[in-house]
Amino acid sequence: MNDVLKVFARPQFPHAVLVHVELSALALLIAVAIALPVALAVNRSSLGTAVAVNIGNIGRAVPSLALLALALPFLGFGFAPSLVALIALAIPPILINATTGLREVSKEVIDAARGMGLSGWQILRGIQLPIAAPVIFAGIRTSAVQVVASATLATFIGGGGLGDLIVEGFQKGDTPVLLAGALAVAFLAIITELLFGGLERAFTPAGLKVAQKRQKAR
Amino acid sequence: MGSIQLALLLQSLDQQLVDWAWIRQNYREDIVPAVIGHIYLSFVSVAIALAISLPVGIIVSRYRKAYPPVTILTGLLYTIPSLALLAILVVIPGIGVGPNAVIIALVAYSLLVLIRNVVTGIDSVPAETIDAARGMGLTERQILFKVEIPLALPVIVAGIRIATVTVIGIATIGAYIAGGGLGQLIFDGIDQNFPTKVIVGAVLATAMAVVADLLLLALERYLRPWARRVRGAS
Repeated sequence: MNDVLKVFARPQFPHAVLVHVELSALALLIAVAIALPVALAVNRSSLGTAVAVNIGNIGRAVPSLALLALALPFLGFGFAPSLVALIALAIPPILINATTGLREVSKEVIDAARGMGLSGWQILRGIQLPIAAPVIFAGIRTSAVQVVASATLATFIGGGGLGDLIVEGFQKGDTPVLLAGALAVAFLAIITELLFGGLERAFTPAGLKVAQKRQKAR
Repeated sequence: MGSIQLALLLQSLDQQLVDWAWIRQNYREDIVPAVIGHIYLSFVSVAIALAISLPVGIIVSRYRKAYPPVTILTGLLYTIPSLALLAILVVIPGIGVGPNAVIIALVAYSLLVLIRNVVTGIDSVPAETIDAARGMGLTERQILFKVEIPLALPVIVAGIRIATVTVIGIATIGAYIAGGGLGQLIFDGIDQNFPTKVIVGAVLATAMAVVADLLLLALERYLRPWARRVRGAS
């Protein structure tokens, strides 16, 4: 265990963590910037929603190693190809949750809002988005954890990150290095899960929390 | 670094992306065994995970207090990145590299979804239905096997579907620790700088996941004739 701690003290370690976090955060941000507008755009068309959800479902089935490996022959080695693959990996869960979340806001609520004279934009901003927020954030959380986990595989196409330590440890039979990489990645994934779980709760409107509690009590 | 990248890129552009002659020649030696190995890894893992999750799920649906700790433990396993879990398993004495370590990891990843869906499925059986069964004189055991499990089956199959797609994806990484399967083609292709192998492995793994998804979705719909008209994402 002491040897593992020594690996954490190496200058190479914070660099690996930094690249890992950078890769994951950029991929997630860009994926959100792509998936959310698309979800908003297809919001009013049931055909558009069906297409978006189906594309998302197929996208979710693509293995992460397959995506990263496919980036290699087309985009080459390095950080940028890894980033592109991770963006492609992060989009489907956000897209699915955002489209279905916006869709599942009940017709009665929207009708009531329209009856009160709200415009389409006001309904989207004031009603649909807040009600769908927990579902949208659940999608972002799924993507975030998946991206942090899959960024480990970026090492195979030269993307860097904590996967480098695992691969180095494995190839040289250096167990402390291998364990240091594995434990750091596991820790990072769990932190991400907890952090985004907190965000999800923070963005749940107070009114919805009351409704959720009532439902549970029933 | 820049020049190495450029050289590699030029080299890979130089040769054709997909070398069909290689595929024809090595179809039996390389591709078929990889596909079979992949199906074996995925099938065995989901089967073992199901054999654990069914009893655990049934027990947990009865003793509710046990559900949160089971969810936290399996959720923790699910969150650990696969390459990290594989790396940790490899250094545990008695496990080492090979298909067994991969199967252990794949089982660990399936538990959360499977147990959760077994519990949700049993919960979704209406209390009136169970009352009616009890009124007809069925014993607790009969209620479980003849009423609750059959009615919970579509939800359980939905869990099997998610677990299977996840497992097929993660199994590719198992090749790194000598687990075999389609990941072997991907890693060989990367090592040998031979795009054809990478593409064949990645495309087949994706196709297998999509096909498994659609097949199990069809099974799920078939088991739930009363809800066939209701569409939506789960």
